[in-house]
Amino acid sequence: MLKGLIGKKIGMTQIFDEAGAALPVTIIEAGPCYVTQVCTVESEGYSAVQLGFGEVKPKSLTGGQLGHLKRNNMPPLRFLREFREKNPELKEGDQVTVEVFKVGERVDVIGTSKGKGFQGAVKRYHFKGGPKTHGQSDRHRAPGSRSSTTTPGRVYKGARGPGHMGNDRVTVQNLKVVLVDTERNLIGIHGAVPGAKDGLVLIKEARKQ
Amino acid sequence: MSEILKAIAAPSNPNVPQVRPGDTISVFVRIKEGNNERTQEFRGTVIRERNGGENANFTVRRVASNGVGVERTFLSCSPRLEKVVVHRHAHVRRANLYFMRTRTGKNARLKQKFN
Repeated sequence: MLKGLIGKKIGMTQIFDEAGAALPVTIIEAGPCYVTQVCTVESEGYSAVQLGFGEVKPKSLTGGQLGHLKRNNMPPLRFLREFREKNPELKEGDQVTVEVFKVGERVDVIGTSKGKGFQGAVKRYHFKGGPKTHGQSDRHRAPGSRSSTTTPGRVYKGARGPGHMGNDRVTVQNLKVVLVDTERNLIGIHGAVPGAKDGLVLIKEARKQ
Repeated sequence: MSEILKAIAAPSNPNVPQVRPGDTISVFVRIKEGNNERTQEFRGTVIRERNGGENANFTVRRVASNGVGVERTFLSCSPRLEKVVVHRHAHVRRANLYFMRTRTGKNARLKQKFN
């Protein structure tokens, strides 16, 4: 059975477990997702399941997108994402709901982190910056040297420095499922997940358990 | 906060009444030791109250043996709180009674408020 869902991050709150301990919980509105396509080794060269999520007005999709969904009489869906699955037991048109996850299971959550804009090396890579005293001026948050001297005479590619931060695809592994609400299609995950509220998140079975 | 989050957030504990800074209260906390569960009383003065929905909390200060001050913070929504009894109110002019930490003996008394 496929263990994957597409969802929307609602926000964070606090609940209590049976022992009475307070847990920080991220609430995700996940599914119901439709199986929009089943990829097989014979036809596509790899096996996967494509899920669709987020109903929209038909006019906000292109004709090609509508035609892709029309094959299985599905509503217009905004997001289509593939989940790799060795032996997909699902058929096109099936629905996947939060019931695939049980309380206590471990999941990986993928999201797009909040954009931070152009940031210096101190915030972006946790550089230490310069000394704060001993006659320093304008060097407090400077990155320092980026490379060697005449040899090689240039900065190696990939050297860390200031630049655009955030707005990246980020995976957080091994988060615990603490709440599954099948009525409202909600899933509660212990701890924080990447991205802003209303952001798209993918939930998968944990790779490293 | 969105309506969905409000519905999910921990419900308020009906056994916890409104407490104010300066109140002398007893908090009865369920404690689990191995397989046994018992209730422990913690009696002292409320020196801080924080609002915040499911994260609302209050801090109780008591002076234990040898004049050692002990402060404990309780989450108002916590199901571990069996009951909270308010013994007396006090006239205080501050929201946070941190000045109580530096006071000992008779100096650490608060003027009772009757209502």
